[in-house]
Amino acid sequence: MTDAYIFDAVRSPRGKGRADGALHEVTSIRLSALMLNAIKARNGLEGHAVEDVIWGNVTQVGEQGGCLARTAVLASELDQAIPGLAINRFCASGMEAVNLAANQVRGGAGGGYIAGGVEMMGRVAMGSDGAAIAVDPSIAMNTYFVPQGISADIIATEYGFSRDDADALAVESQKRAAAAWADNRFAKSMIEVKDINGLPILSRDEYMRPGTDMQSLGALKPSFKDMGEVMPGFDKVALMKYPHLEAINHIHHAGNSSGIVDGSAAVLIGSKEWGEAHGLKPRARIRATAKIGTDPTIMLTGPVPVTEKILKDHGMAISDIDLFEVNEAFASVVLRFMQAFDVDPSVVNVNGGSIAMGHPLGATGAIIIGTLLDELERSDKEVGLATLCIASGMGAATIIERV
Amino acid sequence: MTDFTYEVDADGVAVITWDAPGKSMNVLTREAFALVEDHIDRALADDAVKGVVITSGKKDFAGGMDLNVLASIREESGENPAQGLFDFTMNGHRILRKLERAGLDPKTNKGGKPVACAINGTCAGIGTEIALACHRRFMTDNEKARIGLPEILLGIFPGGGGTTRYSRMVGAMAASPVLLEGKMLDPKKAKSASLVDEVSADPLADAKAWVLSAGDADIVKPWDVKGWKMPGGAPYHPAGFMTFVGASAMVNGKTQGVYPAAKALLSAVYEGAMVPFDTALKIEARWFTHVLMNPSSSAMIRSLFINKQALEKGANRPDVADQTVKKVGVLGAGMMGAGIALVSALAGIEVVLLDQKQEAADKGKSYTADYMDKGISRKKATPEKKDKVLSLITATTDYDALKGCDLIVEAVFEDMGIKAEVTKAVEAVVGSDCIFATNTSTLPISDLARASQRPEQFIGIHFFSPVDKMMLVEIIKGAKTGDVAVAKALDFVRQIRKTPIVVNDARFFYANRCIIPYINEGIRMVKEGVAPALIENAAKMLGFPLGPLQLVDETSIDLGVKIAKATKAAMGDTYPDEAVDEVLFWMADEGRLGRKAKAGFYAYDDKGKRQGLWDGLSKFPEADDQPDLSEVQHRLMFAQVLEAVRALEDGVLTDIREGDVGAILGWGFAPWSGGPFSWLDILGAARAVEICDRLSESHGERFATPEMLREMAAKGETFYGRAEAQRAA
Repeated sequence: MTDAYIFDAVRSPRGKGRADGALHEVTSIRLSALMLNAIKARNGLEGHAVEDVIWGNVTQVGEQGGCLARTAVLASELDQAIPGLAINRFCASGMEAVNLAANQVRGGAGGGYIAGGVEMMGRVAMGSDGAAIAVDPSIAMNTYFVPQGISADIIATEYGFSRDDADALAVESQKRAAAAWADNRFAKSMIEVKDINGLPILSRDEYMRPGTDMQSLGALKPSFKDMGEVMPGFDKVALMKYPHLEAINHIHHAGNSSGIVDGSAAVLIGSKEWGEAHGLKPRARIRATAKIGTDPTIMLTGPVPVTEKILKDHGMAISDIDLFEVNEAFASVVLRFMQAFDVDPSVVNVNGGSIAMGHPLGATGAIIIGTLLDELERSDKEVGLATLCIASGMGAATIIERV
Repeated sequence: MTDFTYEVDADGVAVITWDAPGKSMNVLTREAFALVEDHIDRALADDAVKGVVITSGKKDFAGGMDLNVLASIREESGENPAQGLFDFTMNGHRILRKLERAGLDPKTNKGGKPVACAINGTCAGIGTEIALACHRRFMTDNEKARIGLPEILLGIFPGGGGTTRYSRMVGAMAASPVLLEGKMLDPKKAKSASLVDEVSADPLADAKAWVLSAGDADIVKPWDVKGWKMPGGAPYHPAGFMTFVGASAMVNGKTQGVYPAAKALLSAVYEGAMVPFDTALKIEARWFTHVLMNPSSSAMIRSLFINKQALEKGANRPDVADQTVKKVGVLGAGMMGAGIALVSALAGIEVVLLDQKQEAADKGKSYTADYMDKGISRKKATPEKKDKVLSLITATTDYDALKGCDLIVEAVFEDMGIKAEVTKAVEAVVGSDCIFATNTSTLPISDLARASQRPEQFIGIHFFSPVDKMMLVEIIKGAKTGDVAVAKALDFVRQIRKTPIVVNDARFFYANRCIIPYINEGIRMVKEGVAPALIENAAKMLGFPLGPLQLVDETSIDLGVKIAKATKAAMGDTYPDEAVDEVLFWMADEGRLGRKAKAGFYAYDDKGKRQGLWDGLSKFPEADDQPDLSEVQHRLMFAQVLEAVRALEDGVLTDIREGDVGAILGWGFAPWSGGPFSWLDILGAARAVEICDRLSESHGERFATPEMLREMAAKGETFYGRAEAQRAA
């Protein structure tokens, strides 16, 4: 079977996903096109150079609707012969784009792909595309639907993580992100966002709060307590699925959950032969990909079973992995991952994560693969695993290996 | 067929009057529904008719659908009952839709005849659904009249278009008290909830006047106008989205997933909100059929409506002359006695409330005063009514005051000796035809009857606490109790408007016999290391209002200890509950006597508000391997239902209807199931035997399969099937 390689990875800085965020003025199509242009320019991709652009995005309505992948290609400097595929696997959409591209290459369906994603959370509100699983009584009740924040709190309760555990992880994420920026560790992938005249808009992750400490986090109120305990009372639903628990411990708040931001990322993937034909040197091999479904109520435990699956399917052990990127959707997700595999926190999210820098849903999966690759190279390590929890109870993972 | 009459008045208003012959309340039959259509057709075809008013010839407008209709349609439809029920429902939609469109041209919405509803009294179920299909509703200003859609309380939901129409009139959120909680509203509240348009001193006259003045624009329903939008937002409108997300969670949490009707109702509203009105009615009919096909709905209707009513009407009353109680003597003015005095006086019965000390007797009477004061502050009673009720109660210490009582209810301390003394003292003053009832909950009636000179007039009337709230009364026949005493007790229960069951004398009678093993099984699991939260949640997810640990906190742990000691003394070596007692006695020793002590299996705050499970229960460490939810649920359920089956085998229960109704009203036994026997019928005897055999193997003899159940499994019988066969034979 053909191997799939990563040749390049870029990302935008992440802007606050609010009306006063720096990227709020930029359309999702334009930000996507900027990433595609960067990949094209950095790798000299002329003409019909890649087979497809696979683009992850969660909220595919409004400007993000209508197959934004194809629209982004047409808005970019890529050749119009390159089509576009918009995909949605919620928070792992960007990773799924990479995995799909890699597996297309492995299966021989074309030599090169651009995979990535975008989410302008300040422009297209999360949830504005509707979701039957939350709204349709016959499915919501039968699957014991609760919002993700409640799910994250179920994880904390079920696996015994305290508010302090979660806050400590958040403080560490902020510290590591700040240190990474101070050390210029994102420079290799970072594409400054510029306006139509070439004037700068944003060059740094905007969401970070480097001064965060336990005390400042301690002042925050739990975000999901009211909807859990009072109106409409999601905890009762959660306890129907987890009846051995007496009550849900609400530990998550804005400071230990991922930030709402705007952002985009792209990864260039291809076979060795394709790379040679374009004069490109592979940076890493995509060694394995996996996805899995889990209980939709606790929803966010996917990284554990999907990691078990990817290791088993490829005859690997957790000790074979040098570095981990576990998306910081909520602190308890990462805490549970480290608990389940007993991995050293010093090799997980070494440059911070979504708690500090934000989680542009459709892009994050591609972002963390790029961040993982940059860090493997910087620290001269070999094998890295990236994984994300996914809405409605799923998990996805990718293992890359430097070449 | 004269359920609906038709008459055109001098102004050209066709008045369709609902007046079911020979009935005090209008209930809709299939034939009557067809008649409604005939009358509408006639009115629409007659050029002389300007409009229509639908009203009732009775004091009230309508009680609802004749629930026997649904059962007979199911039977008639043979192999395919779902088709029969769906077709029936769709036919109803067709008739009411014809009424609602009233001849309006489908394209121009012009040329229709106004139809108003004059709701002259209480109106429920299909009556309200007919009214909702009309163009304007005028309701009487009689404050005692109520209108609503209480179907959900019987395990179904409004399936005559009421769900679709009302949710489209006011929005999903605003519709929920009426649709999801089945609230019946007085005229004023009904108007603010848009169930009716006008509250009127003369609804018929006002309805006629409106019909004559209304134009086409007044009679077109909003959903029949292009561009209609769901009030409060359709499901994928931002506001509607939050409503529907919240509604599913609330209904799920509240019903603990065991009431299919609430789910189906919500689905009908959700799916219906996104399609045109006629399609929405079709969806409503599909979900309604789905609920009717669920055994839970038939079981609920059977127990909570048909059989409950049959028992209240004296299904098991011996054929003796009327025994209406005129003067009742209540002995002991404690909590039970005070409650019995209250409900008796409320029923207009003269009460002598007797205690050893005048203060105690007065305190017992003040319970009624407090109750009435609360009613006055809630505008449910008047000071005059209070005076009247209080004047019926004489609080005294004087046995002579009992002279003239035709019924005595003894509610003194649970002690054989004291009770015997009281019995003798009473019999010395009352007339020879007076019936003596004891409200004991633990002592055998036949033993207590030994103190009586007239054991055939001695009976048990077991009330549940609090007396004014609990609807069940358990009547217990001692070995020598005669028919007159049973009739007396039944007539008394009818007077105080409660539901009776009649059982034979045996330890704990019926209700407590089943409740105690339920509580014990919960406590036993604590001892075994099952997570207490799992025990409690498992019970709630079966549809029990209280988990076993909360229940024993409510009934008090020292009472549990007392019962355990007495049972052990009576049973000797065969006593099976040592493991339970280890926990129970320890709790009592720790002073954790339950809610009244603000300390029990749960922790309580200073005000007695329940907090969480008590952390001291960690004395019995939670096992690493917790049982499956279904295992815990089977144990809690079978602990009760097997006891009910044994009560039937032993002849304590003689009628499964009483076993089912009594369980739901007595201790809140999973109402969705229709009661223990209905639950077993839904489960199937064969499956029940399979589970029992497994439970008795792993958990002990208390789960041993009763012979009756094994026999039924072998023959493929159900409890209700057997009962019907016996009745037919």
